[in-house]
Parts: sequence; C-alpha cells; structure tokens
Amino acid sequence: MKRSSVIILSVVVLLFLASWLWKASTLSSDPGIVNAWGQAFGITLAAFLTLAILSFLYRDNPFYKFAEHLFVGVSAAFWMVMGFWSTIVGNLVPRLSEGLSSFFKVPFDRFAVNYFYFIPVILGILLLLRLSRDAGWIARWPLAFIVGTTAGLNFIRYLRSDFIEQVSSTFVPLLVGWQGFGHFLDNLDLSATGQLALTVGNWVISLGVFCGLVYFFFSKAHTGVFGAASRVGIWVLMITFGASFGYTVMGRISLLVGRITFLFKDWLGLIS
Amino acid sequence: MKYLLSAVIVLGLLAGAVWAQESDQPSTAAADTAVSADTVSVAPPAPVGNLRAYDSDNDHGHAVTLEWELSPDDGGGDNSVLMYEVFRWYPYFWDTVQEVRAELVTARQRRVQGTLDVEGDPDDYVKELVSRHTELLSTLPEAHEQYPDDGEFRLVRAVPAGTEKFEDRGPKDRLAEDFLPDYCDFYYRVDAVTIDESVRTPSQIVGPVQSYGQWFNTGRIVVLCFVLVFGLLTILFVQRARSGAELYVRPIAGIEAVDDAIGRATEMGRPILYVLGLGTAADVATIASFTILSRVAKQVAEYQTQLIVPTYDPIVMSVAQEVVKSAYLDAGRPDDYSQDIVYFVTQSQFAYVAAVNGVMLRERPATNVYMGMFHAESLLLAETGAIAGSIQISGTDQMAQLPFFIVACDYTLIGEELYAASAYLGREPVLLGSLKAQDVAKAAVVLFALIGVIVTTAGSSVFQNLFKVTD
Repeated sequence: MKRSSVIILSVVVLLFLASWLWKASTLSSDPGIVNAWGQAFGITLAAFLTLAILSFLYRDNPFYKFAEHLFVGVSAAFWMVMGFWSTIVGNLVPRLSEGLSSFFKVPFDRFAVNYFYFIPVILGILLLLRLSRDAGWIARWPLAFIVGTTAGLNFIRYLRSDFIEQVSSTFVPLLVGWQGFGHFLDNLDLSATGQLALTVGNWVISLGVFCGLVYFFFSKAHTGVFGAASRVGIWVLMITFGASFGYTVMGRISLLVGRITFLFKDWLGLIS
Repeated sequence: MKYLLSAVIVLGLLAGAVWAQESDQPSTAAADTAVSADTVSVAPPAPVGNLRAYDSDNDHGHAVTLEWELSPDDGGGDNSVLMYEVFRWYPYFWDTVQEVRAELVTARQRRVQGTLDVEGDPDDYVKELVSRHTELLSTLPEAHEQYPDDGEFRLVRAVPAGTEKFEDRGPKDRLAEDFLPDYCDFYYRVDAVTIDESVRTPSQIVGPVQSYGQWFNTGRIVVLCFVLVFGLLTILFVQRARSGAELYVRPIAGIEAVDDAIGRATEMGRPILYVLGLGTAADVATIASFTILSRVAKQVAEYQTQLIVPTYDPIVMSVAQEVVKSAYLDAGRPDDYSQDIVYFVTQSQFAYVAAVNGVMLRERPATNVYMGMFHAESLLLAETGAIAGSIQISGTDQMAQLPFFIVACDYTLIGEELYAASAYLGREPVLLGSLKAQDVAKAAVVLFALIGVIVTTAGSSVFQNLFKVTD
C-alpha cells in the first residue's frame, strides 16, 4: 500500500471516529435516546457510506469499492436469506411436511397441506442439477417450463391491456360536441377543457397513434410518404420521452434531497 | 260613573283577552301538530319497482345480482328515501352451519398454535368438525327449499338512495363468514327506508334465484378472437418463412451498430459488457434480449473477444449461461466458453447497479449493450458507461426508461424494435413469422382506429363496444 493511501485511510478512519464520538455525545444529551453509542455508530456509518458512494462522482476510488462490495455482499446475502426463510420455510414447508415444520419451528396446518407444491419442489431440484456436469441438461426443462408458462400467461394479459384497450382508447371523436359548423363556431369554448382543446387533443391522439405505428412497421422501408409519417411518429415519441424525462428527473431530485437531508439533518444536525 | 265605566272597560278587555286566549289554544295545538308531522312523522315511501334477481354473469359463482327501479319518492315525489336495504331469506339452519364453521375455524387456529385442548386426538376432532361442516353445507339447498317456513329475511347490505343495482357477492372460501353457497334457492327483498328507519316500504319478494359459476367468460370473447387471429397469422407467416419465402425486415440502426461495436472491441482488445436488465426470464424484453445475446456471444467467440454478462436474476443467469454456451458451440469454440462469463451479482437493484458501474470503470469495456427490462437504474448505468467512453447500445420496452437511454447511449432500440431486432438478427422462421404477424396486427390497428374514429365522431359507440372487455 502506498504511503499516500495509508495517510488518506488514516485520516478517514480518524474522521469516522471523531464523527462517531461527536454524534454519540450529541445523542447522549437527549434523555429520550436509548443506546446512544449504537445509534451514533449507525448514523455515522450510513453517512460515510453515502459519501463513499457519492465519491464515485469524482472517479472510481477505494472508498467507493468498499461501499460497493459491502452493498453487493450484504444485499446478496440478505435476499438469499429472505428467499429461504420466507419462500421455502415460510410458504413451502408448512404446506408439505410436519416434521420439517417442527424442525424449523413454523406452525404446521395439516388441513392446508397441498401436495401440488411438490411440483415446484421437483422443478427447483431439477434446476439445481445444472451444477452437475453429466445431468446439467435436465435443468433446461424447468427453465422451459418457467419461461413458457409465464410467457403464455402474459400473452393474454398484454393482449388485453396493451392492445385491445389501447386500440379502443383511440376511438375518440375528431370534432367534440359537433352539431353543425355554425353551432360549433358560435359556441366555441377556448378554455383548457373546452370543445376546441378536446378536439385538438383528439387529433393529436389519432395522428400520434397512426404515425407512431407507422414508425414501428418493419415490413416496409421508411421512404416516401411512409417515411414522412414515420418521421412524424418519431417526433411524437421524442416529445413524449422529453416529458417523461423531466417528470422522472424531478422524482430523482427528491431522492437526492432525501440523502442530503439525512446528511445535514440526521448526521450533522445543521438543519432542524 | 267614571270609575264604573273604567271598571267595565277593564273587565271587558280581560274577558276579551280570556276569550281570545281560549280561541287561540286550538290553533296553537294544530300548529304544534303540524310541526310534529313535519319533523318526526314521515309518510311511508313508495316501494322500489320491478325488482329482479339473477345469477351474476361470467364469474365463478357465489354471487347474485339485484336490479330495481327507484322508488318514486327517491329524487322525486316526497323525496323521502334515504337508502335501500337489501334482505335475503336465511333458513334458521344457516345459524347451525355458522356455529359449526366458527367452531372449526377456532379449532384449526388453535391446532396450528398447539393450544387445542380436547379429549382424544386433536386432529381427529378437527377432522370431525370438517366433515360435519361439509355435511351441513351439502344440506343447505334443501334448507333453502323450505321457504318461507323455518327462516327469516335478514339484512345483507344497505345502499344509498339512487342505487339501482346491487351484487350480493360472497367469497369462494367455505370457511368465510359471508360465504354465499351455490345452487341454493335465494329469495330477496329490497326496502325503501326513510330517515326514520321504522318508516319503510318493502318491495315484492323475488326468487328463487341460484348462483353458479360459468365455464366461459363471454366478456372476454374479443380477447379470444384476437388470440385466434394472431395465432393463425403467426402460423401462416412462420410456414411461409420455413418454405423459404423472402420476408423483408427493414434495417434497424441500433442492430447494425452491434457488429461494428464488436469489431471495435476486438480491435481495442477490450471486453464487451452485456446487461440483461432487471426482468425475469419470462419477460418478453428479456426473451428478446437472449436472442441478441446469442448473436453477440457468437461473434465474440469468433473474434475471441472477452464477454462480461453480470445478471440480476438467478433464472436469467441460468438461461443466459445456456445461451452463451450454445453460441460458443455454434461458433466452433466450445473450449473458450467459461461459466464465469455470465455470473450472478445480487437481486438488490442499486447494489447491482453499483457492481456493474464498478465493472465499467475497472474493466473498461469497449462496448456496453443494455437489452431487456430496465427500471430506475437505466440512467445510472448508461451515464457511467458514457463517462467510461464505451460505445453504448441499448434497448428496452419500458417507456419510462427510454428517455434516459436515448440521451446517454449511442443507439437505442425503442420498444418493439427490441423484439424486431431479435428476429432481424436471428432470421429464424418462428421469430420472423411472429414479427410479420405483428406488422399485420399493426395495420389492423390503424384500420380499426380509422373506422373507430369515424364512427365515434358520428356519435355512435357501437364500434367501441365491440372492443369492450369485461372481467
């Protein structure tokens, strides 16, 4: 390890310890706080990990690597433990075996026993066979089952929500409240929810859907009139993406505000 | 004389006052009575009309629908109807069933908790209760046939004034308190109720009506039609592709760039990073991504470039390993394949991002390919890749994430382009056939939309109703 690295690491460790001591002394003055030292350690560690992750904005560095590996390791272990205790022990064992239920100390309801659950157990075991060099090919069967059944189930769902209901939503009148040309002009409502605004909106929906579909038509080259409609379609898409981008960025800023609030309020106590 | 006259006038006034008071008394009493009538006494409202009861359509049973015409005093007439109360006729036998049900539910809970204290084997005790409950339920239809003897109307639900329809729906669970059995003769009554709940007018009684499940949900026939039409179209185009017919697919810029990007990586001697996203192995975008991964892996194997595939989902990892292994085999370089090419990171979204970002900056891949289902991590990945100076090609069907890929990547496959890309690259008859069927479907959508817009503008909702799907 380089001398400069040792110095930087020492400074960071000292800063961490100083921050911990300072936070613990601050929390100790509050009679409502239990285990001030423990809580101070948690807050200081969270703050240092936040700063370590944010240090990535400068460039890759050992502190980011440490936070990254800690995050990945803890989360992988957490999800594995959660998967085992909530799915296998929590849901599967009580439905299949009294002996295993008593072993894991989970309540066993023999009247809720359902031997159909042996099917996912068998599929799961087959999936693990991929670890075997000779029997690894068997693992393709449960994979095929998972992909095939879910794709089949999703087909109906998507056909309904992403196709039929979307198509029927485009059936909009192109002249809202039309009762004759003179009537339309005489009663022209220029408000945001008026006839004119709704009419323009419906035209945008209809043309947008038409041109957007043309863009996603793959059986014909995008040239001539077809190409022009396709270009309008991509414009419609880009405008939609722009609006979506702005909306999502606002959401991300609120996440940033959350972390900044943690640093300045919970850790440093600079804001109340 | 003057005093006498004054006394007479005073007496006269007193007498007049007494008379006036006496004559006023009846009128005050009448007023009091009138006030009383206005505030307390309410005339009974007219009953609801034309009450109908029928089994609810397109369901698994356990539901009866009631429809009626509003009472003339609901929103009109005396306007005195506050609500409607729906009553169902219950045989007294139902109470016995409920007692056994409650006993069974409690016994099962205690058995699971290990606190069931009975003589003999607790399991036998619960089993006996189960069989008794089942037996009682099986005799419920006979009990309902006793109507109107040995039973009474009981309140099911109160609904506000203005309501003309009510669905009496119970759960399928036979141990639920409000279980509504199928194939029993039900009788219903709807009371029009005023602010004074004692002042009400019952409707005529309707029944018998039975609830039962249907085999087919006719509200989804339109979905069935589309499934059949698209299925047939797909089979037709797949057959055409298999018979060797030339099926044109227009060039897709993002996919054309994949070959160049792999060549660039080979020339630079740097790896290619392929990210499958956060989807499961059954998501359409992930399935399409597997096909593209196969193509990329095959070329990588041919050029002997390094490939890195960090995965989020264990099943996706398994499938991706199979895909890459097959690609190396197809390229004639099975010995170059390593299990470490595709590896599992974690199932935590942002931990996965942190790990992949680390790979981008440490391994410095020449090309990053993001194909599949992405969520909030899209910009974090793409921005880091841009900082690392990699060529980036992305594709997803997640509308909310496409803007981030478009701004941070060199090429982006938008939505269905991702699916088309897999067909374009694979040139497999099944994929090409389904792509062609989708194009026909899109043409049909344009046609439907055109007809629908014209018909709707003309003021008709006929075409809209054709596409109506109900649950």
